[in-house]
Amino acid sequence: MEHTLHGITETLEHALFAEEISARAGLFQSLDARVKVISTLALLIGISFSKNLWVIAAIYLLTLFFAWISAIPADYLIKRVWLTLPFFTGLIVVPALFITPGPALLHLPLGLIITKTGLNTVLFLLLRVSASVSLTLLLILTTRWNMVLSALSVLHLPDVLILILGMTYRYIYLLLRTANDMFLSRKSRTVGYLTTAENQRMLAAISGTLLNKSLNLSSEVYLAMQSRGFRGSIVTLKPFKMNARDWLWLFVFLGIAALAIFLGR
Amino acid sequence: MVNEETVFDVCDVSFAYEEKQPALEHVSLKVPAGESLVILGANGSGKSTLLNLLDGLYFPVRGTIAAFGKPLTEEALRDDEFNFSFRRRVGLVFQDSDVQLFSASVLDEVAFAPLQLGLAREEVNRRVEAALAALRIEKLRDRAPHRLSGGEKRRVALASLLTLQPDVWLMDEPTTGLDPRSQSWLIEFILEQRKQGRTMIVATHDLSVTEEIATSICVFSEDHQIVASGMPSDILNDHDLLHRCNLSHYHARVIK
Repeated sequence: MEHTLHGITETLEHALFAEEISARAGLFQSLDARVKVISTLALLIGISFSKNLWVIAAIYLLTLFFAWISAIPADYLIKRVWLTLPFFTGLIVVPALFITPGPALLHLPLGLIITKTGLNTVLFLLLRVSASVSLTLLLILTTRWNMVLSALSVLHLPDVLILILGMTYRYIYLLLRTANDMFLSRKSRTVGYLTTAENQRMLAAISGTLLNKSLNLSSEVYLAMQSRGFRGSIVTLKPFKMNARDWLWLFVFLGIAALAIFLGR
Repeated sequence: MVNEETVFDVCDVSFAYEEKQPALEHVSLKVPAGESLVILGANGSGKSTLLNLLDGLYFPVRGTIAAFGKPLTEEALRDDEFNFSFRRRVGLVFQDSDVQLFSASVLDEVAFAPLQLGLAREEVNRRVEAALAALRIEKLRDRAPHRLSGGEKRRVALASLLTLQPDVWLMDEPTTGLDPRSQSWLIEFILEQRKQGRTMIVATHDLSVTEEIATSICVFSEDHQIVASGMPSDILNDHDLLHRCNLSHYHARVIK
């Protein structure tokens, strides 16, 4: 129970911190959300297409520099990426060190051999993932979620899909708070230790109640939408205005992405 | 704004969400334009259900409802012209603001209704700015609704309907969960709308709010029926009726 409560609180705190960062004065915060979305996508494509390790490393360092001038603590971005990276990417890439054919680099006990090609592959993957995740984090931390969603309209995503994404994000927090209250209420009435079976029963009961609540909520929300004229299709405001500075930065980022592809071909 | 038109004519309406569990039983009432009607009733008496029916979200299983002289039915609301005209004229403030505020930002929320109802972009922008200013929430425009306080959420919910400039406001327990300052502000908002000739239909069990805003009252019993209707002075002084309908208790004290 303690673990779940801690997890929920941590998620809510992360969201609060991200909102606080997006309100700070910094380079990325000052740009139009559409510029940030297009630039991030272009740089992600640049990272994916580049076959040069140094080019990818340069984009990663550039991302850290952009984070720094966007008032994001340098260690925050590095920690968030490198503390989670080994768990997800590491598990996949470790076998590649040994099984990728190529000239031997290091002989280990039990007949294991790290190959030069294997090491190269691992470094590529780790750098690609860290640079890509850092770039995406930079976008999310410096842009309010609703602005990110609105900016997705430049990619010609249907408005109704953008609305659903926004509602999902919005109601996840409401349900997280409800779950938090339910766990706290249970904790306040729990004396002593619960057995694994009791814990599982409690978790199942809370999950069931939450599911029930979310179903009720969704039908009520639909009524609220109907009440204000929703009839299946959606019209949204596009509250964006590009200025000369936004255009300039857009060309800078697109230029960097193009250069990454050219130099790393 | 004020005229002799009957806004709603509810005739012998019954409704049930599930069979054998009635939510409304043989309800009849007429709401003239410009009236400030308070629907009093205990929790679960059927007030919210009646508001949902008046907003054309549910439909009676027995009886009829007419809005602005036309039958309010599922079929009638399928007609674009009637639907648009009805939705533009009637706005419902839900009891739970979290239900009503489903958009990703306050700006999207406030612009939602006029955009869906086909108003021109310039007109939508003008109305959005006017509503944000009227409710003094300009600074919240880019905020996410789930980050707002209860009072702020209620203001945004009202702004999201103010952009429609509805002739009729339906409000479900509007003061519930609000601190005294927000309650006082909300009462002033209702009185201002009333002064402008809007029809207000407010469901509540809060007698102090009722006293401030009502020009007429109807009372629901816990059997989901209307057991009394009339002038506020008559209803609010009938302590036996209020006690019987679970709207006051013997420990209640009015602090003046």
